[in-house]
Amino acid sequence: MSPRPGPVFLERRGYRQRRMLDAARVLPMLGLVLLGVPLLWPNGGAEAMPTSHAMIYIFGVWALLALASAVLVSRLSDLAADDPETPKPTGPVSGAEIAPATGPEIGPR
Amino acid sequence: MASLNLLVAVSLIYVAFLFAVAFGAERAAMKGRAGWLRSPVVYTLSLSIYCTAWTFYGAVGYAARSGLEYLTIYIGPSIVMIGWVWALRKIVRIGRSQRITSVADLISSRYGKSNLLAVAVTLIAVVGTTPYIALQLQSVTQSVAAFAAADPSIVLPADNRATALWVAAGLAAFTVLFGTRNLDSNERHHGVVMAIALEAVVKLCALLAVGIFTVWGIGGGVGQTLARIDASAQLGQWQMAPGRWSGLIFLSGAALLCLPRMFQVLVVENEDERHLRTASWAFPAYMIAMSLFVMPIAVAGLSMLPEGANPDMFVLTLPLSEGHTGLAVFSFLGGFSSATSMVIVAAIALSTMVSNHIVMPIWLSLSGKGAMVSGDVRHVVIMARRISIIGVLFLGYLYYRLSGGGTALAAIGLISFSGVAQFLPSMLGGIFWRGATRNGAFAGLLLGFAIWLWCLFLPSFGDGVVLPAGVIANGPWGLGWLRPHALFSITGLDPLVHGVLWSVLLNTLAFTGLSIFSFPSPMERLQGAQFVNVYQHSASPRGWTGGTAQSEDLMIMAQRLLGAREAQKLFQSEAARQGVQGYLPDPNADFLQRLERELSGSVGAATAHAMVGQIVGGAAVSVEDLMAVADEAAQIMEYSNQLEAKSDELLRTARQLRDANAKLTQLSVQKDAFLSQISHELRTPMTSIRAFSEILRDAPGLSEPQKHKYANIIHDETVRLTRLLDDLLDLAVLENGQVSLNITRARLGDILDHALAAAGGDPSALKLRRDKPREGLWLQTDTDRLAQVFINLIANARKYCDATTPELRIAVRTGEGSLMVDFIDNGAGIETDQQTLIFEKFARIGDQKAGGAGLGLAICREIMARLEGSITYLPGQGGAAFRVTLPMPAANAAQ
Amino acid sequence: MGKSVLVIEDEPNISEAISFILSRDGWHVATHSNGVDAVEAVRARRPDLVILDVMLPGRSGYDILRELRAGPETGGLPVLMLTARGQPKDRALAEEIGASRFMTKPFSNAEVLEAVNALIRP
Repeated sequence: MSPRPGPVFLERRGYRQRRMLDAARVLPMLGLVLLGVPLLWPNGGAEAMPTSHAMIYIFGVWALLALASAVLVSRLSDLAADDPETPKPTGPVSGAEIAPATGPEIGPR
Repeated sequence: MASLNLLVAVSLIYVAFLFAVAFGAERAAMKGRAGWLRSPVVYTLSLSIYCTAWTFYGAVGYAARSGLEYLTIYIGPSIVMIGWVWALRKIVRIGRSQRITSVADLISSRYGKSNLLAVAVTLIAVVGTTPYIALQLQSVTQSVAAFAAADPSIVLPADNRATALWVAAGLAAFTVLFGTRNLDSNERHHGVVMAIALEAVVKLCALLAVGIFTVWGIGGGVGQTLARIDASAQLGQWQMAPGRWSGLIFLSGAALLCLPRMFQVLVVENEDERHLRTASWAFPAYMIAMSLFVMPIAVAGLSMLPEGANPDMFVLTLPLSEGHTGLAVFSFLGGFSSATSMVIVAAIALSTMVSNHIVMPIWLSLSGKGAMVSGDVRHVVIMARRISIIGVLFLGYLYYRLSGGGTALAAIGLISFSGVAQFLPSMLGGIFWRGATRNGAFAGLLLGFAIWLWCLFLPSFGDGVVLPAGVIANGPWGLGWLRPHALFSITGLDPLVHGVLWSVLLNTLAFTGLSIFSFPSPMERLQGAQFVNVYQHSASPRGWTGGTAQSEDLMIMAQRLLGAREAQKLFQSEAARQGVQGYLPDPNADFLQRLERELSGSVGAATAHAMVGQIVGGAAVSVEDLMAVADEAAQIMEYSNQLEAKSDELLRTARQLRDANAKLTQLSVQKDAFLSQISHELRTPMTSIRAFSEILRDAPGLSEPQKHKYANIIHDETVRLTRLLDDLLDLAVLENGQVSLNITRARLGDILDHALAAAGGDPSALKLRRDKPREGLWLQTDTDRLAQVFINLIANARKYCDATTPELRIAVRTGEGSLMVDFIDNGAGIETDQQTLIFEKFARIGDQKAGGAGLGLAICREIMARLEGSITYLPGQGGAAFRVTLPMPAANAAQ
Repeated sequence: MGKSVLVIEDEPNISEAISFILSRDGWHVATHSNGVDAVEAVRARRPDLVILDVMLPGRSGYDILRELRAGPETGGLPVLMLTARGQPKDRALAEEIGASRFMTKPFSNAEVLEAVNALIRP
């Protein structure tokens, strides 16, 4: 079942939030690809990769990933404290708005 | 020189400090000043229990043996953490909204709260974790031994077992003290978390200190260190089995999600979902820091320490050999921290699982009170936890003793990882796929666990220890395809990669396969919806709404089940009863009961109870999922309704066909009868005509009156013939729709008067009861035709009414847009099976011959159809009763 | 003594026509107009001949004939059956039951006279 239909257009902040989340989703895949590169290196022999180079590459990629994650997360936090994918409380789905989700409430909340 | 006494003293002070920190944190939390305790930094640091003593000491040994492969153990979790948006965020959200207490709880809860599944997961977790705890004990004793070796003045007891026992006992005490202090509903342990965060700092600083010492203190800087690494004969070049590189990254990533202790700190101890964001970069950074100096330390140890030195202890022995006792003690504390934090959290996690899923169910069933225990069972729970903690640690110690603390233990780290990795398919499948079922999860877990036992765990003890060497080489009973390191005779794979591949692959296959072909229980489906759609239903991480919001949720649900109008009516009436304005009454007991009753009409009592209970009872308002189930239920209901409607329609059609067939058969009989009848009707008058005309022609001497009489008979019979022919023609015309109506205005009473006069027969023979006032109605219709119908009905009554004093009542009534004129006599009426036939042309009832050719009612029916009204037989009126219905506009128009 | 005939026929006009014709031929004519007690009427009057209509109110002519043929006194009584239904199966049925003669309406008067005289003559 599809959840409550959200608005078709988000305001700028919300839109940016979602793209940041998209980026956060892509990042580990990028990491997997980059850290899969060592699989292509020649194993031993004359042309073998010196361990120091391997370390520099792997740690470099790793650090960049952590850094990218930090940047993404900070932009997420800057944009809004709330989770963008959590739907805001809305009124009932069908029929007229029976009780506003915000504003004066009937009874205790 | 290094003093073992110093080491013991420092360790005791350190432990006391940890106790103090934990105690302080608990106190602060109880006073509500836990804010600073629960910062994202503390959360991230607590995650560092991933780095156990095995990684603290063992990583260097690993690097010394296998080069950069050790990095996979850190890279896997880093990537999972960087990809927190995918799985971790969802698991944390589910854990918080469902109040999940352990990985076993997560899986069992997802699959319909099945305790059997929880028991299975718990057992696998215990089997997979116990060796790991033993490994921690071993590392502590080994590190003590390393110190002792450097201090000739101290003679250690012959074996390390006493050390291990003391360590285990101390850890048990700490864990019991801080792990079971309170039975929080959310199972959070502020003191423990604070202590392990501190330990995380200690172990990181210790490793960094040794690393910095190695690179700058003895290595001469970064450039020289790198050069030395490249120059190393064993480790100078990149050498990697690709299968192990990718396999181990996968395995360690899975372990981050599946390890019970990681689940404990990641999910259960999580205070705020947003802490994950910080951890998403800080945890990888921690991992980088923990692994950065491993290679330099390994290379330095290999080149500087004597041949045969244990590489697993380089972190300790390197500073010792250089005479830096202080650094060595710090390093020891780092290793000690790694070991203790892991054991503490693992013991808490395992004890929660064991007590919740094994001890408590058994206790409840044994105590014979079941779930009806009214009093406080918290003390029982806490006792169960404490016993479980001690039991888990004792198991770890036992394993350490039995396995002899040899090198066999070192390999157990990855094997333990692969054991808990069996949870992965059920876990990820459970949170991303609603179709995952309990049976699937169960089958996958058992199959994966069995393969893990056979291919990885049992052989890990070494050839001939548990599995005879012959079995490992040739398979059990000589079955080559069952060889633990070459299942299905696929050889050439690294044993670990081989075991992980087969166990996880077959686990996943069994899980998905059985899930597809089994059907989940309602509870499973409900839980599945809650897990998979966790973002849609769980409120934002900060607090829930209650009160009216609950009513609103109830209303939404009720609307789905009852329909908008009904639900709104129900809620409005209840609100009015409570004196509340609007549509939303307070969700008090009365109302809930009433609502439940209403809902049970749509979905059955049990479901309604569960649904209302879910909304009202749970703080986590998982309404959307109830909606999902409700929608499904509605769909099913709709579908079955459609099916029912279809089968109803089929039944109806079949019945119509049967009726039509019966009618046809009957009509065919009737038609035969009619032909005879029409023949009879024609021949009878003709017989008279012929006979009398012959008499008039042939018989001489007839008197005038006789002649006159016979001529009259001939005349009457001719008229009769003509009338019959007229009827036939009339019917033919009506049936072909060629009739043109002659619309005039007349009063109903006048038409009836005319009909009575024209109906013939003996007027006095039939007593009439009429409704004169109502007959004053004006009609605008073809009054001649209408009169023809009335004539027919009156004539029928006269002919067929067999009462001793025949009586005809003509009742007039209006309503529902039509005018109804009923002709009811007091005769025997018409048999039920004949009632449908009487309006058919040719139809005659019985073998009566009083009437015409049976065309009258057929003609009436045709006429009424032309007048847009109808004529029907009214059963159950105590006699023959006909109802003539005219559309009201025809009546009204002229009123 | 003249021959007696019982006309069982519900159509009054036809019954009258037959009575007139047969009376002029010298018959004693009695009429009966319903099927229910037709057999009793035959037994009571003991006619030399019966003219029986098939379609009678209350009871079919065939049933009456069947009962007459079954009775010891009336088993050999000549019966002339009249029917307005001209279908061959009616004739077949009548002959099977044992009608002495079968005539379809409308008939000519001469035909009826010829028929009854033929039936009564030994």
